Amino acid sequence: MTARIGVVTFPGTLDDRDALRAARIAGAEPVSLWHRDKDLKQVDAVVLAGGFSYGDYLRAGAIARFSPVMGQIIEQAREGMPVLGICNGFQILTETHLLPGAMLRNNHLHFVCKDQKLRVENAETAWTRDYTAGQEISVPLKNIDGRYVADEHALDELEAEGRVAFRYADGNPNGSLRDIAGITNAAGNVVGLMPHPEHAVEPLVGTGGTDGLGFFTSILKKLVTAS
Amino acid sequence: MARVVVDVMLKPEILDPQGQAVQRALPRLGFEGIADVRQGKRFELEVEGPVDEAALARIHELAETFLANTVIEDFAVKVEESAQVAEPAK
Repeated sequence: MTARIGVVTFPGTLDDRDALRAARIAGAEPVSLWHRDKDLKQVDAVVLAGGFSYGDYLRAGAIARFSPVMGQIIEQAREGMPVLGICNGFQILTETHLLPGAMLRNNHLHFVCKDQKLRVENAETAWTRDYTAGQEISVPLKNIDGRYVADEHALDELEAEGRVAFRYADGNPNGSLRDIAGITNAAGNVVGLMPHPEHAVEPLVGTGGTDGLGFFTSILKKLVTAS
Repeated sequence: MARVVVDVMLKPEILDPQGQAVQRALPRLGFEGIADVRQGKRFELEVEGPVDEAALARIHELAETFLANTVIEDFAVKVEESAQVAEPAK
């Protein structure tokens, strides 16, 4: 028995195929979800993939937040369903306020596309249990709206509660406050990050490593053990 | 039809690299004496029916939940009177 991992495709989503593939490589059953779906097809977890949903008009993720599929995702995430937001998915999660803060244009105004070193700060979330705290991983980073911001109080709270899940390890690529690359909610089921683990799951492509596969094996183990 | 304008600006403490890029370009173009530039968004809403208190309350709500992300942005709602006055007589 394996777990069903849903991946949402909004108009303008780019990385849904890679996320589905990563779920399959990890041993899960990948399930495509469409932005108009009101039913989540009994998935056990959801990945919001990267891209430019609805053209990123208004703000990155601002319009996707109000799409039909998000109603169910927000409700079930609050009840504990694991949700991973990657890049545009992270932007959507901040717009829904499932995760605090917001994403803004990179401080240097350029699109970034490179392999990025990350330090896993919290290896206890639903999506990071196959890593160890302090472990450094390398996954692709590609975005222009990657600068994480939140007010000082929110940042202090994130740090105090161990909710900074990932930090940029070899230089800050976009001006994100406190080098934050990804965060988790208090329960550890909702995680968002800008870099792309789904592009680093096979030795042949991407970084040449499989450092991103741990996200998908982590969630699979958690779901299969729980059922 | 009445026009309501919603101005959305990044909060003062949020870094605005786009505004900075505009500001830095000004001297090159021969415009001196501009110490700072902040870039924002302006939404012009053409409202059907009267712009009464209830309509303004709804617009305030839509600005707060959608047009602005209040984590990083402030917004201001104002009714543009001139839109009504400027209606040409046929």
